[in-house]
Amino acid sequence: MSCEDENRGTVKVINNRYKPSGHFHYGSPNTPILNEMGKLLGVTNPRDITHIHSYGGEAIFFESLSKGKLLATRCDNPLCESHLSIYEPFRIHCPDCLVKATVLDITDLAKRTATVHSFMITERTGAFNTLEVPIKFVNVEFDGVCTILMGYLSLGNPKIGMKLLPIFNTKAPTYTILDISWVPAGTPESELPQNFTF
Amino acid sequence: MITFSDKQLKTPKMARPVYLVTGGMSKFARAFPDKRQEELCIDALTEAAEFIGMTPYELKKYIHTAYYGHFADHFGDQLLGEAAMHDRLGLDPLGNVGIKTGGATGGSTLWEAYKTVASGYSDCALAMGWERMDEVPTDEGNNYISFAADKDWETPLGHIYTGYYAVMAQRYWQIYGKEEDSFRRTMAEIAVKNRGYARMNPHAQGPMKITVEDVINSPVVAYPLLALDCCLMSVGAACGILADEKTAFELTDHPLRIDVAAGSHTLRVADRRNMEIPLLPNETKEQYADLGERFPGGDRYPGFTGFLAARMSAYYAYRMTGIHDPTEDLDLVELHDAFTISDIQTYEDIGIRPYGEGRTYVESGDCYHTNPNTGAPGKLPANLCGGLIGCMHAVGATGIMQVIEVGQHIWNRWAEMHSDEGKWKRFGREKPADWTDLQVKGAKRGLAISHAGVGSHVTCTILQDPNHTLEGGMFE
Repeated sequence: MSCEDENRGTVKVINNRYKPSGHFHYGSPNTPILNEMGKLLGVTNPRDITHIHSYGGEAIFFESLSKGKLLATRCDNPLCESHLSIYEPFRIHCPDCLVKATVLDITDLAKRTATVHSFMITERTGAFNTLEVPIKFVNVEFDGVCTILMGYLSLGNPKIGMKLLPIFNTKAPTYTILDISWVPAGTPESELPQNFTF
Repeated sequence: MITFSDKQLKTPKMARPVYLVTGGMSKFARAFPDKRQEELCIDALTEAAEFIGMTPYELKKYIHTAYYGHFADHFGDQLLGEAAMHDRLGLDPLGNVGIKTGGATGGSTLWEAYKTVASGYSDCALAMGWERMDEVPTDEGNNYISFAADKDWETPLGHIYTGYYAVMAQRYWQIYGKEEDSFRRTMAEIAVKNRGYARMNPHAQGPMKITVEDVINSPVVAYPLLALDCCLMSVGAACGILADEKTAFELTDHPLRIDVAAGSHTLRVADRRNMEIPLLPNETKEQYADLGERFPGGDRYPGFTGFLAARMSAYYAYRMTGIHDPTEDLDLVELHDAFTISDIQTYEDIGIRPYGEGRTYVESGDCYHTNPNTGAPGKLPANLCGGLIGCMHAVGATGIMQVIEVGQHIWNRWAEMHSDEGKWKRFGREKPADWTDLQVKGAKRGLAISHAGVGSHVTCTILQDPNHTLEGGMFE
């Protein structure tokens, strides 16, 4: 079986139990590793596997990206020293009191205040990267939010203090963090990457 | 603004003093196609035994528990690798456990061995660390390492850990380095220094005789990080033997006092919240009142520019051992120079220099074996083994290797362990014609920092000659 198999594995959840179907792992024969004298030193162990992963309480965050929304959370426990702190990255529970946090839609706040805190540009990637190189990471701060979201810039060149706008992969979502990207403030919709909208 | 309670900031108080008896390490290299990992670990344990005139068989008779530092199971494609190693070392049925804290795994392994001896559970413990990073192609290795970041929020972004680090380097470069050419050259000097010291170390993987210009002209990885600013990816092993006082003096006439403390911070840099700077004994709150004015953008602590975990490991370790000012009280240090810029950040986190002034440790010449400005001995030499940039970063072994290197200076046996022609030959390496003895003369106290990822775990290990411990420590 090839890992290009059309019957590649998919998973559904029924009655809160995983129901996998299709092919999830693909083996191929190992091969010897020889030195220049033809002496055996080892073997290769090729394999292709698929992990099944729950987003748990963060699922709503990743699902909302596909709908053009950026969600954050806020601690609403009046007894907590971090009462009313807003977190982005989204945290399911307040890191101080561990009470379940309130989900907020900060899309409009992001559109008004997103600013580059730091950034980096690299041509290097690891295996399985799907972003175009050079990759431009941006660390994005928002007014009134106590943490700083990491993402990637799809257009232009980053600079500390630069104003940004969030864009969302609403047309062909991957349901990963790659479904949100950033562009310089003032970018017209016509210039957005394929599948992305404001 | 987050705060910490007095109970959280309590200085650790151990039940009894702990000693480093001996240590050893293997050759370090990018790949060992002809060796299994256990062969490298046995090399390290054999060197440790021979260092105190014993055979491995004799030394093993003293070991009561074993701690194994091995970060990345997936590189070796072997779960429970610790159990396999324990068996290969012939240490069953002794209790053993694996330690995994990213780049700090070596330091954390020592931390666990230290606590078990200090508590009285064991009179003698083995701390052994290793890493096997050569059994996947480099881009798959980068992918594996990127899973040390948050797999949902960060890893999909390029599958490249260096990038998650580089955003911190960028911020430091702009805020504290002010994007100055002179700062860029200072970063490069660290790479030149550490690769140059590695030339004197037969264990080292990356010795190079290079110039500042070579570093500055090396390929961009993620600006301001250039290829020669970055540490090595390595294979190898290192171990230490820790014991209580009675056992230590049975094994050797000259054991060293060892103390280890640890700190932590968020896995994602994104989650760092503002706080007041936890002060080290040589700092005051007032000295940082205008930090944001002197370095616009530097008023957010730890922000992206400091490592809280390193600060907290030193916060505890200095109070445990009586260190007031590391530059005055220590004779040498081994720091986690994963990147030249993070080396500078660490100078500030552990109080060698105040926040914002880390570069002056290099520019003053204090960090050198011999100060290039004056020709006199450096005030506090750093990374004389070559560090992660010049010697190696076989993750689980790194923090242990650093401590052994510091120990060899305090034992006054650095030249013996680095000049031996037989060792150079056995490792297939040519001893340089200008080989230089880097022994720090009269060294009595040293420090090693072991650091994970973007700062999730850091340990601070202090070694002291037992006849020259500082007043104010736990047992003084």
